[in-house]
Amino acid sequence: MTDLTRRQFLKITGATLAGSSLALLGFSASVAIAEVREFKLSRTTETRNTCPYCAVACGIVMYSLGDGSKNAKASIIHIEGDPDHPVNRGTLCPKGAGLLDFVHSPSRLLRPEYRAPGSDKWQPISWDDALGRIAKLMKEDRDANFVAKTPTGLTVNRWLTTAMLAASASSNEVGYLTHKVMRSFGVLAFDNQARV
Amino acid sequence: MALQSLDIIRRSATTLPEPEIRSGTGDVTVAKLIDTTKCIGCKACQVACMEWNDLRDEIGTNVGAYQNPPDLSASSWTLMRFAEVENTKGDLEWLIRKDGCMHCQDPGCLKACPAPGAIVQYANGIVDFHEENCIGCGYCIAGCPFDIPRISKKDHKAYKCTLCSDRVAVGLEPACIKACPTGALVFGTKEDMKLHAADRIEDLKSRGFENAGLYDPAGVSGTHVMYVLHHADTPHIYNGLPGKPHISNTVQLWKGITKPLALAAMALAALTGFFHYIRVGPNETDEGDEARAADEMAKTLNSPEKRP
Amino acid sequence: MTNHWVDIKNADVVLVMGGNAAEAHPCGFKWVTEAKAHNKARLIVVDPRFTRTASVADVYAPIRTGTDIVFLGGVVNYLLTNDKIQHEYVNNYTDLTFIVREDFSFTNGLYSGYNADTRSYQRATWDYELGGDGFAKTDPSLAHPRCVYQLMKQHYARYTPEMVARVCGTPQDKFLQICEMMASTATPTRAMTIMYALGWTQHSVGSQMIRTGAMVQLLLGNIGVAGGGMNALRGHSNIQGLTDLGLMSDLLPGYLNLPGEKMQTYKDFLASHNFKPLRPNQLSYWQNYDKFFISLMKAWWGDAATADNDWGYEYLPKLDKLYDMLQFFELMNQGQVHGFICQGFNPLAAAPNKAKLNLSLAKLKFLVVMDPLATETSEFWHNFGEHNDVDPSKIQTEVFRLPTNCFAEENGSLTNSSRWLQWHWKGAEPPGDARSDLQIMGEIFTRMRAMYRTDGGAFPDPIVNLSWPYANPNSPSPEELAREYSGKALKDLADPKDPTKVTRKAGEQLAGFAELRNDGSTASGCWIFCGAWGPTGNLMARRDNSDPTGIGQTLNWAFSWPANRRVLYNRASCDPSGKPFNPSRKLISWNGTAWAGADVPDFKADEDPTHGMGPFIMNAEGVARFFSRMFMTDGPFPEHYEPMETPLASNPLSPGDPRTLNNPAARVFDDDRKAFGKPDQFPHAATTYRLTEHFHYWTKHVRLNAIIQPEQFVEIGDALGKELGIASGDRVKVSSNRGYIDAVAVVTKRLRALQVDGKTLHHVGIPIHWGFKGLAKPGFIANTLTPFVGDANTQTPEFKSFLVKVEKL
Repeated sequence: MTDLTRRQFLKITGATLAGSSLALLGFSASVAIAEVREFKLSRTTETRNTCPYCAVACGIVMYSLGDGSKNAKASIIHIEGDPDHPVNRGTLCPKGAGLLDFVHSPSRLLRPEYRAPGSDKWQPISWDDALGRIAKLMKEDRDANFVAKTPTGLTVNRWLTTAMLAASASSNEVGYLTHKVMRSFGVLAFDNQARV
Repeated sequence: MALQSLDIIRRSATTLPEPEIRSGTGDVTVAKLIDTTKCIGCKACQVACMEWNDLRDEIGTNVGAYQNPPDLSASSWTLMRFAEVENTKGDLEWLIRKDGCMHCQDPGCLKACPAPGAIVQYANGIVDFHEENCIGCGYCIAGCPFDIPRISKKDHKAYKCTLCSDRVAVGLEPACIKACPTGALVFGTKEDMKLHAADRIEDLKSRGFENAGLYDPAGVSGTHVMYVLHHADTPHIYNGLPGKPHISNTVQLWKGITKPLALAAMALAALTGFFHYIRVGPNETDEGDEARAADEMAKTLNSPEKRP
Repeated sequence: MTNHWVDIKNADVVLVMGGNAAEAHPCGFKWVTEAKAHNKARLIVVDPRFTRTASVADVYAPIRTGTDIVFLGGVVNYLLTNDKIQHEYVNNYTDLTFIVREDFSFTNGLYSGYNADTRSYQRATWDYELGGDGFAKTDPSLAHPRCVYQLMKQHYARYTPEMVARVCGTPQDKFLQICEMMASTATPTRAMTIMYALGWTQHSVGSQMIRTGAMVQLLLGNIGVAGGGMNALRGHSNIQGLTDLGLMSDLLPGYLNLPGEKMQTYKDFLASHNFKPLRPNQLSYWQNYDKFFISLMKAWWGDAATADNDWGYEYLPKLDKLYDMLQFFELMNQGQVHGFICQGFNPLAAAPNKAKLNLSLAKLKFLVVMDPLATETSEFWHNFGEHNDVDPSKIQTEVFRLPTNCFAEENGSLTNSSRWLQWHWKGAEPPGDARSDLQIMGEIFTRMRAMYRTDGGAFPDPIVNLSWPYANPNSPSPEELAREYSGKALKDLADPKDPTKVTRKAGEQLAGFAELRNDGSTASGCWIFCGAWGPTGNLMARRDNSDPTGIGQTLNWAFSWPANRRVLYNRASCDPSGKPFNPSRKLISWNGTAWAGADVPDFKADEDPTHGMGPFIMNAEGVARFFSRMFMTDGPFPEHYEPMETPLASNPLSPGDPRTLNNPAARVFDDDRKAFGKPDQFPHAATTYRLTEHFHYWTKHVRLNAIIQPEQFVEIGDALGKELGIASGDRVKVSSNRGYIDAVAVVTKRLRALQVDGKTLHHVGIPIHWGFKGLAKPGFIANTLTPFVGDANTQTPEFKSFLVKVEKL
């Protein structure tokens, strides 16, 4: 729109006028006190974290409601890049810049769920029941299918009928513990998302 | 220095002079420099803008392009526009331009705006909309040489980039600037941005972009959002960036002579609308209404042109 | 990465190939724009598509997907033919002078030792000729016909610019222009970095593509120097860490191997990991293997791991073959897997051939999913119309879905592609009843252990004896685990030079892996991470970003494995006498008594350079290998093979032999071979990829990202659009021999038709991010289309090259 003919101008302004005449009621209702929007981070709590997406591992600062006092429940209200971080120096990509909506995604899972064989829906289950049932299923499968020795007499101590895929976005501490536990069970069918 | 300044130097539809005494520190202004030659079109700026400003546009559809949402809107104050252009050597160039408010030194939106204090210009160069004063008339759209402001369907008010005036006011850079991963967006004093651009242009010339240059159009007395272009001789190839933007003559005329007349007409319209509202409740406009309104406007302004 | 993100700013030339750094790693890519802006660097992009990275490149060349070895082999040929190699570097720091066994051969695409029935090689001939002293023979003059230099020259002589144009479809002039730019870094003062990602790994010849890139870098002397290196960008935030920690079927933490079943005793195992130096005075650091291994066993089984029980060697399961993801989905499909646990992984979307995955998951007895988000995998049994057309009543799998915290709600560390372990802090509680993975894994373990303790069962020993010293056994803390994988002294450690001196008291954290011992007196759960939580505390949490030399070496920021070293092989940045090749970008140098500088030396700290120790200290040769010996399954030199689904009928590099059309050593399951499509039915070359707006299958759940890229699309070139009457915005159906998707078409100049082997070939680009869950518009899982076959070495699926047909809907 490098220039505007008079007719175009009248068309735009006139057309919107009809839609806005009610808004005009506010026309003289207030004297303008021009002020920018309130800065929203003044007294939030800052926590350093690392973007969980790709392996550039940008530093982020999470701003949460409250100053950490006992009666305030922290809720993250804004996330931006950590300017001290040597790699991203405060910048973020469109994924990192949108992390707030990951934390508060409507797809976040809130409680354990169970789907029975043949069912077409979830049902709630308590943590205790879920973990108890999982451990029982695992032990039954391990005890029934554990291979201590091959037919040729080699000691192999492996359990091949339960498999596990670990994330590649969980922390080193989670990965380390997961590996330690699964190998103690004798699991070989074990992989992570390094390849996909 | 007035970089974080909230001092207002101009205010829409206001004839009272603004306080001027604080300009004693000099008229240093800020600017955002958009280096299209470093831009990868990642849209981090779009997301950072929405996140900071608490905006969430609709989840739309794909219309056969990378550009999404399809246009600027009341909730999308900035947008990457993509153009595939073959250069004279036969090589493809993917020209990506971040579109949004240019924060003109001579802002057409402000000049066109009939609502007192709905559009202001700060001493640091930022042109800001104060939606609480906006009457939704859309004149700012007509006044804008870059087609930037958008009226919200939700509240019938005009919205556009504020250059994160709330961040700048406390000494921070705008959200898009901070996010930009490749340094295609930089922010600082306008002078510093011009120097930065000069370095970039020299580098681009060494890479064969003979027409690399800065876009800081004189037709609006310069802008506080500038572009580094590889092809500054042909800005239109960047998805229609205007070559010589200027405020429409009609707006200039409107500002000078006809605005007071129109304001009276609008007050009348408001009153009529008010009585209508009292009598039958809120009303929705249809195309007929809008055509009639246009007609009405034409008559009010006593246009010498014949209607089609 | 051999180098690190910030170091890219030191490059003079940047090659992005097999990756799209601007798209997938924008904040790391900033260091490319910095190199361009402040180091006058030139950026080269080679890709089937004109990508976002290409949009800021100085030169872009198109290439047919899956043919990168031809392109890079062509570069090797160019460098050797035109003698554009860094002689001092290659003669001293690589195996060019080494002489290969006489019985090694290569004939029309096949190396010596091939067995067509097992689709594998007997690799004994792929080795050096050894002298009577046990060392490899060399010829410093490079004249010996069987020295690596001569063999390599001969091998790549076939990779001519004409062959590159014919097979890759790359215009010859562009190819030669790029060769010339790369060759400019053969001088010691110029460096090129190579940045790659899944565009190289996800092929049936993926590992060899990467090797070819590394060979180019070695010839140019670009490994170990600032601004150089082979830099894998890596996809997930902790893909590096989880691999370092060995979460794969055949690994243990720190790249130790899980024993094969033939290694029945610890002695057998150690004997098979003999790292005797192959040249005089070489460090061959893996000679310390037993220290690393025993320290791991002490971390896992504590007091139950003793010298008498071979440190608990029998507690470890023994391998008969790889059980990678593809292998165990194949077994699942055969009904041999009953239980499956998915932790933060969505294989229904992320693994190839969705139809096969649906069938496999339905054969499970139970599935456990731990995730912060509602994934497709957790609802594989749910009918979502065309997007997941299943009958729940026929699926008998019990499914548990356990909500976990996300990054913002935990403490812990992630390892980035620069090998930096960075600590992060919790900012809020997880929503609802979500729990940490640590608590879930902890409770599964303690419940299992309790049952084995009270009821017994199959081989309870490794479970009941597992070291579990955590304050809350049901929920080990990240801090406890970090200290454990880093490592500590179990007894007072005496100074080997002066036994009266105690260098480390029992219970103290260790400063680094040099302190590890093979007598059970140290414990470290992952030797390469040793020192991350050292005697002075948690080095991963360090936040000093100072860069005293200005070349981007922030040694006090977080912790970089190994030993806080930032650039691997940095000894190779100096000439044999210890002077930096490039004094303006000096990493380390020899000061007469020690190695020191802006990085932690990747070398024996006090080793006099005149003694001839090579810079590649992990290799028994002490030098880098062009000839990979028996370490690769599919050949010691990279050779081009077509993708498993190829538009060509014969391999132009080894014509006439059907065995060498595709990688002859790649594992292919029978049902998957039957599911391969042929070019007469599926004429277009397809490739899948990521978009910058999205991350895998996560961000379709994120409103801000759904807004900026809301709906599934595929990209086709102008020419194909014209041929099929498809315009941007039309809906199209894309099918492979395994299924179909439909999506919006984006018709673009950025995908151009290529002339390949005399015919016009079109590419179809398929972004992956959609599925049937989330906020973005529901779509098809792109992996409905992809073939179920992996790279011959790593089993990484061939997502980047397959055949499809496009139709207008």
